[in-house]
Amino acid sequence: MATHLDISHISIEFPTPKGPFKALDNVSLKIEKGEFVSLIGHSGCGKSTVLNIVAGLYDATEGGILLDGREVKGPGPERAVVFQNHSLLPWLTSYQNVELAVKQVFRKTKSKKEMHDWIMHNLELVHMTHAADKRPDEISGGMKQRVGIARALAMEPSVLLMDEPFGALDALTRAHLQDSLMEIQKDLNNTVIMITHDVDEAVLLSDRIVMMTNGPEATVGEILHVDLERPRDRLALAKDPRYVDYRTQVLTFLYEKQRKVEPIQAATKSKKTAASAKVANA
Amino acid sequence: MIPNVTMASLKDKISTFSFKGILLPVFGILVFILLWQVGASRVHTSLGEFPGPVVVYEQWNSLVAEHQRERVKEDKFYVRQEERIAERQAKDPSYVGTLRDYTGKPTFFDQIFTSLYTVLAGFGLASLIAIPLGILIGLNRSVYSALNPVIQIFKPVSPLAWLPLVTMVVSASYVSDDPLFSKSFLTSMFTVTLCCMWPTLINTAVGVAAVEKDLLNVSKVLRLGWMTHVMKIVIPSAIPLMFTGLRLSLGIAWMVLIAAEMLAQNPGLGKFVWDEFQNGSSNSLGRIMVAVLMIGFIGYLLDRVMLTIQRFVSWDKTQVLR
Repeated sequence: MATHLDISHISIEFPTPKGPFKALDNVSLKIEKGEFVSLIGHSGCGKSTVLNIVAGLYDATEGGILLDGREVKGPGPERAVVFQNHSLLPWLTSYQNVELAVKQVFRKTKSKKEMHDWIMHNLELVHMTHAADKRPDEISGGMKQRVGIARALAMEPSVLLMDEPFGALDALTRAHLQDSLMEIQKDLNNTVIMITHDVDEAVLLSDRIVMMTNGPEATVGEILHVDLERPRDRLALAKDPRYVDYRTQVLTFLYEKQRKVEPIQAATKSKKTAASAKVANA
Repeated sequence: MIPNVTMASLKDKISTFSFKGILLPVFGILVFILLWQVGASRVHTSLGEFPGPVVVYEQWNSLVAEHQRERVKEDKFYVRQEERIAERQAKDPSYVGTLRDYTGKPTFFDQIFTSLYTVLAGFGLASLIAIPLGILIGLNRSVYSALNPVIQIFKPVSPLAWLPLVTMVVSASYVSDDPLFSKSFLTSMFTVTLCCMWPTLINTAVGVAAVEKDLLNVSKVLRLGWMTHVMKIVIPSAIPLMFTGLRLSLGIAWMVLIAAEMLAQNPGLGKFVWDEFQNGSSNSLGRIMVAVLMIGFIGYLLDRVMLTIQRFVSWDKTQVLR
């Protein structure tokens, strides 16, 4: 069977006044249908750049993306994106935001009634039917992100791209949404690429965790297969030695092998190194 | 006990509101009128004392009376004509009479009306040009680069510089035996349009260019068509700046119109002021002052109307508009 999504040897350079800046170097990744893959790495390592290339918002300088054997050019609804800051149109209600996507994708294939049902079905999936007629500024951050997910799911994407979807939320809301996402994932069996810098989130949700090296010229460092049976329960897993082991592996990669060297003053730097070493050993 | 307390605090709130909302403005106006009266009595011109509030009030009344007299005269004029035509038709059934327009002197209120529809026509035309052009410029950097120098050069041009050119062009190109609009109306209108379109154009372009990048990405991922993109994403996010531009434009339009009417002797409030100045009677300064206040008041009303439209159109009802 051919690979569902083939990210093949992509590199990207951005022009800067000081000459080209190579953000990614030779990133390759093959993703199967229904797989949930997380990209993790320090900020600035180019995780978002990978996602934007897959989404078609950036063009890779070298290499390319194959989706079901066809090369990807430019953005499109079959690679729906859940943005970090929900990116709902503030002048439209939740319903209208999803409707905009549904109309665009299914205008020719669904009747008005079917489109309405499909919009409501997707709002139902994220438990947002009660706020269908509310505008983004009338609902909470977590609810906005839910609508953002509903909008993306409503496009029936081959690949769902999530750019730190829960990064801007508080811990409780985030846990709640992670559970919702796992439930939806169980039902729909979407192929998902998610960017995160939350180690627990990555281990809890993913089939594979792709750990990226620090930029510039960032690339895939290690890939970790998470062999935990689904459905996963965060409380039960917290004590599971396998879970702890996966978590430790990711932390070791992030804080020992790819420790971020930042230009901070010497005093705070040594403190920080000590702290991160502690975390890594935990 | 508790209801009493809340009642008291509610009373407090109402009284602070009426203090700030009504008493303070009234106080400000009273102080202004007092200073005006005191100051005016000290300024002497060849046409007598500078008009104080009392004189202005008297002149206002006389202008109203003049208007009413003129209306009565006009009515009588038409009644007389109709009677005459009826008489002749009674003698000779084949006679077809023509009603002639009343050609009496336009009153202060006629002039206000003329100015108002001229400014609205000029401003409307300017908006019809400026908003679509602004959207194009904001969407496309190449269009922006091409048009920016032209915009920057024409933006600061005073209406008085345009006026002779517009007058000549209108007289040369608008030749018709039965004109729908008078030439003076067209001259004033085009001058207003040329001068007032720039704030709308520039603010619309800036608003359109400043659409959030995330929303643009949404549009790209959805592969929205150009029209949907503009209608659903670009225009709603540019509306606040668009209205800032429209309000600036309307303010400029009103100022420009008065100046243009004065200079070109086109009917309107500007001509009223100029005529009174040329007339030079002892009433003139008072009447000009009435016109000055009226111009200010109408300008204020026009801005309020725009603000109301903005409130109605804007999606963000929580936004504080002033």
